[in-house]
Amino acid sequence: MAVLDEAPPWLGFAARRLGGVLLVLTALVVITFAIVQLMPGDPARVAAGANATPDQITRMRHDLGLDRSVPAQFVDYVGNLLHGDLGRSFHTQENVADIVADRLPYTAELALLGIVVILVVAIPLGMLVAVLCQNGRRRRLDGAFTFVTGFVGSTPEYVLGTLLVYVVGIKLGWLPVAGAATVDALVLPVVAISLGPVCTIARIVRRETAVVLGQDYFRTARGRRLPARRLYLRHALPNLLTSTLTLAGLLLAGLLGGTVIAESVFAWPGLGTRVVEAITQRDLPVVQGVVLVLGSLACLINLLIDVVLGLLDPRTLSGKAAGS
Amino acid sequence: MTATRVRKRARPNAMLVTGLVGLTALFVLAVVAPWIWGDRADELGPSVHLGSSGEHWLGTDALGRDLFARTLVATRLTLELAALATAIASIAGTVLGTLIWVSGPRVRAVGLRVVDVMISYPAVILALTIAAILDPGPKACVIAIGVAGCPSFARLTANLAASVAGRDFVATARLLGVPSLRLMRRHILPNIAEPLLVLVSVSFAHSLMALSGLSFLGLGVQLPDYDWGQLLSTGLQSLYTNPAEAVGPAVAIVLAGLSAGFVGDGLAARAASTSGNSAAVKPGSRKASASAPVATGTDHSVPDDAVLVVSDLRVRRPDGTALVDGVTFHIGAAEIVGVVGESGSGKSLTAMAAARLLPGGLRAEAHALELRNPGAEPLALAAPGRDGAAVRRRLATEIGIVYQDPSASFNPALRLGGQLTETLRVHLGVSRREARERAVEQLEFVRIVDPEARLRAYPHELSGGMRQRAMIASALLTRPRLIIADEPTTALDVTVQAEVLALLRAANRRDGTAMLFISHDIGVVTDLCDRVLVMYAGRLVEELTAAELRDGHARHPYTKALLAATPRLEPDGEADGKLDAETGDGLLAAIPGRPPQPDERPAGCAFADRCAAVLPVCRDTPPPVRVLAPGRTVACHLPETGAPVPVQAGPKAGRHDAAVEAVG
Amino acid sequence: MNTTPTGTARSAPERNAVETAEPAEVLRAEGVTVAFGRGARRKTVLHGVDLSLRQGHTVGLVGESGSGKSTLAKVIVGLVRPVSGHVALDGEDVTGPRGRAATLALRRRVQLVPQDPYASLNPRMTVGEAIAEAIDPRRGGLARHRAAVEARLAQVALDPEAADRYPAQFSGGQRQRIAIARALAVEPEVVIADEVTSALDSSVQAEVLNLLTGLRRSLSLTMLFISHDLAVVRHVSDEVAVLRHGRLVEHGPCAEVFGAPREPYTKVLLASVPGRGGSA
Ligand SMILES: Nc1ncnc2c1ncn2[C@@H]1O[C@H](COP(=O)(O)OP(=O)(O)OP(=O)(O)O)[C@@H](O)[C@H]1O
Ligand code: SF4
Ligand SMILES: [Mg+2]
Repeated sequence: MAVLDEAPPWLGFAARRLGGVLLVLTALVVITFAIVQLMPGDPARVAAGANATPDQITRMRHDLGLDRSVPAQFVDYVGNLLHGDLGRSFHTQENVADIVADRLPYTAELALLGIVVILVVAIPLGMLVAVLCQNGRRRRLDGAFTFVTGFVGSTPEYVLGTLLVYVVGIKLGWLPVAGAATVDALVLPVVAISLGPVCTIARIVRRETAVVLGQDYFRTARGRRLPARRLYLRHALPNLLTSTLTLAGLLLAGLLGGTVIAESVFAWPGLGTRVVEAITQRDLPVVQGVVLVLGSLACLINLLIDVVLGLLDPRTLSGKAAGS
Repeated sequence: MTATRVRKRARPNAMLVTGLVGLTALFVLAVVAPWIWGDRADELGPSVHLGSSGEHWLGTDALGRDLFARTLVATRLTLELAALATAIASIAGTVLGTLIWVSGPRVRAVGLRVVDVMISYPAVILALTIAAILDPGPKACVIAIGVAGCPSFARLTANLAASVAGRDFVATARLLGVPSLRLMRRHILPNIAEPLLVLVSVSFAHSLMALSGLSFLGLGVQLPDYDWGQLLSTGLQSLYTNPAEAVGPAVAIVLAGLSAGFVGDGLAARAASTSGNSAAVKPGSRKASASAPVATGTDHSVPDDAVLVVSDLRVRRPDGTALVDGVTFHIGAAEIVGVVGESGSGKSLTAMAAARLLPGGLRAEAHALELRNPGAEPLALAAPGRDGAAVRRRLATEIGIVYQDPSASFNPALRLGGQLTETLRVHLGVSRREARERAVEQLEFVRIVDPEARLRAYPHELSGGMRQRAMIASALLTRPRLIIADEPTTALDVTVQAEVLALLRAANRRDGTAMLFISHDIGVVTDLCDRVLVMYAGRLVEELTAAELRDGHARHPYTKALLAATPRLEPDGEADGKLDAETGDGLLAAIPGRPPQPDERPAGCAFADRCAAVLPVCRDTPPPVRVLAPGRTVACHLPETGAPVPVQAGPKAGRHDAAVEAVG
Repeated sequence: MNTTPTGTARSAPERNAVETAEPAEVLRAEGVTVAFGRGARRKTVLHGVDLSLRQGHTVGLVGESGSGKSTLAKVIVGLVRPVSGHVALDGEDVTGPRGRAATLALRRRVQLVPQDPYASLNPRMTVGEAIAEAIDPRRGGLARHRAAVEARLAQVALDPEAADRYPAQFSGGQRQRIAIARALAVEPEVVIADEVTSALDSSVQAEVLNLLTGLRRSLSLTMLFISHDLAVVRHVSDEVAVLRHGRLVEHGPCAEVFGAPREPYTKVLLASVPGRGGSA
């Protein structure tokens, strides 16, 4: 029986997850490398600037290694990555690694805080509504919940952000609307990026809770006449987290996208504003570096969720995934 | 019942209709707006950055152009781009998914894994990458959002196709030789179209938002073209001076997203409601069913040592329909009482009412429904309202429950040990260690080897039979006075069933535990129980001892019909003195028809439509419950004493009558 | 394991009246071995199973869940390919590789009635369409085959109007009858009934069993009847085969196997059947 040998399921689980991570990272490296290769036009001309002489461009091409074969360039690229060398900005000649190191903390702060807020608000909210409305009780509350979450959930973060900036920042003047100088500057961006996902995930939680409350094992737990807190927290929460996270995990990783957009609304000095700038300037090394880092971050979030899922549901470890 | 049901049906439709109306309006606008307002939208005006006014509802922009007109005109480009991206995502995704599904199992596994990884990659970042490769602009954005949406469609298609293709009806069609194209067209597509459509509308909403988002960042639509996102981003720049500029595009984006979302939600709800319930229940055809009469004749004498007393129990739906209708019985100390009946006869609800565990929305009413204990007050099980801690403790410790499906009745996320010892720990304050010791003891009693290891295991690590034995151990842990077992062996193999029955009997002998044992298998009940209750359409039709049932002394036409319909292992000659299931022509005596639905029960005997011995009086007068002796009741109009009761058709029927006569 | 027509070593001459005519063997499975999975997860589900079905006979196949009953059924209808061994229909090997058309033609000669009446009918197709498709899988339509469809429905005691309704409008027992009608519409040589009554209440089960008994007689059906319920098997079968852990442990006429089981496992199975007056 699997009880007796604990190791294999863990190993299998770790191997599968690690495989996934490696796959994503490889894909990321290939894609970012391809940015330069697939770009229409001549990267060297872009790098050398608008008024460069053909001579300068040739030199630039040589400096960038663009005159070599594609495989050789790829080997170079990977080699540099392994040394932590992400290249230099065409525009500012800054080290891209330095740019990332500069900006990443802001983006990570925003995204991680957003995830925490989402989980802390959405899960209790969804559960509460599900418990209050079970068996068709409190239809009005149910209807209001469905409507409000539907409405807010389909409002994009930049619209929400705009609204917040206007009402809270400008009209009321309570909170700073731009920059990241103070701690309270975090509030509006975090609210803007998390409100939509909170609604979407709260709806998922509400639905999944209703499913769990109807399960046989929950009836068994009811049969033990546990106090309500213990009943819901011990016998419903882990199970609904499993199914919720399976569905919501994508949303959480997708939050990075929202962060990138929201940064522009709030003039947040993160990777998002920088990469948008870089794209409009066609500053390829910066784009490459930032996309690589953001992608790895998304991959990391997914990995975290998978690990949490594995801890929550013993069946995912042994590969007999519960499914959704 | 009608009120709740109608509301439930109406809401998703309202949602769908609202969404569709919204989308249609937007599409009409997209077509006509550039013709009607196109000039006005590009017309430069003298007054720039105007606020809202009668002439310019949403004010004007930096060049004095009317923003209301611009917002309306932008509808076309916005929707076009979103539709294009959705089309790319859905077509490419569906094709990819189909390819994954039709390729071999190995490719499929890898393909699904890759798709999973792709899904988890944020669309906006992918879009940024593509925007960086191609020049920033609508083309790059549409391709990016479309590509980013592909994996969801691929996964859904592959999963749906796999789940539908795995269904029996597809396998059957294959066996019949239905060609693959026709198979796809007639069997698979109709069954997966709806979820795909839901995804299309959700994906449209997402594309719209993401594209506007990219335009907002300045990576999407480039001036002089404009879509909502572009307008919003311009509006945001003058948020301090003229907030009205941002209103139009913001509202438009939200409305469009909301409409598409509504369509998706509505479609999903409709799919769930059509595939879920069958049309078996006709709403609104409810007859005022007369309540079952209370017992007549000698009183139900309840012995002093009774553990469970149930008198005139009714379980009602919120609309008042009685699902269980006037059931009266008791369970004496150390007695095993069985309940048999067809599906839907109310066995489980009776049991759950006795356990005070009715599913939400149902309520129990009873003359008496109580758990008795010599050392304490009787515990009322039908009392409305919440239970205090003391009552909960008594319920948890004096009643043990064993459920039907051992694989679903344990929480898959928790170790067995915690689940088994929970009642002891929570209600009796037993220490962890002692609780484990007691659990081990009970697991040994139910003959589970290596119980310590099992306590550390998760439910899925045990076999079905083992899980059911663990469930019995769990029920026995508090040494309850009563065990309620609802079809505990139905999901098990015969040999395992025999083991489980033996265990229940052993527990009954060891602890003197009384039991309410439910089964639809009359053989199982005769084997295990002392006394048997036969239920039909929510009512108790007969109560008799297991010995009487075994020896063919059942009197109620339904009980007899049930016996006659059950095939027997012994061929004719060997079942000497017993009821023989078969009539001479090798056919079983089937019971024609089906039991009535709870809301369609006739005024008289609910069995009348199927009863071979039906009398005119049966149709409109409920049969009286006659108590023949303590623990022996029949509810039937047939004059019970000495009267031969022919079982439906068949030459062997005479033998039953002889048996009945001999006793009666 | 030898390969006498009845499978296992039941050397005593079979005195059963039906046997004297020695009807022709229709279907024969020889040494069928099936394994699923790869590498360490590889699991052999059937170990060299021999079975034969004779014209007009019904063989009951019993065994616990996981013993391989349904797998054997799938091998016979060609949904699962055995690792070794083969299945012959009228002496023609069904399991070997062959062209598509030939496979299809062969498949139609064996029809399967699946276990779950709720999953075996396409919820989006009327009953009539489903039966018409069985009659002509390429161009079958209700309009074209109306008469034949109604005849099939009558055979299973359903009204002609049933043809225009959807499966959701029928009860479990009725659906099972529809599934049987669809299988019979192909006019197969062998019908395989896989746990056709286990999802049904005993009163409804009796109805379906009676239908099968009647059809066996009127059409002289050759059938493999799979069930975990020994009483049901005894009721409908001429012979019974006992499967355990993928091996056929006993096979013989019903009266013999049920009356005087040889294998200890068969004895255990029989002793476990409830309703025999306090066994176990
Ligand atoms: N939660 C519920 N809400 C409404 N009706 C219900 C509910 N639970 C059961 N019913 C109805 O009550 C009747 C009795 O159901 P019950 O589950 O007690 O039958 P049963 O005898 O246990 O059947 P089975 O053998 O299928 O378990 C059925 O008509 C059923 O549809
Ligand atoms: S009351 Fe009438 S219909 Fe009902 S069981 Fe008795 S004889 Fe049959
Ligand atoms: Mg039940």
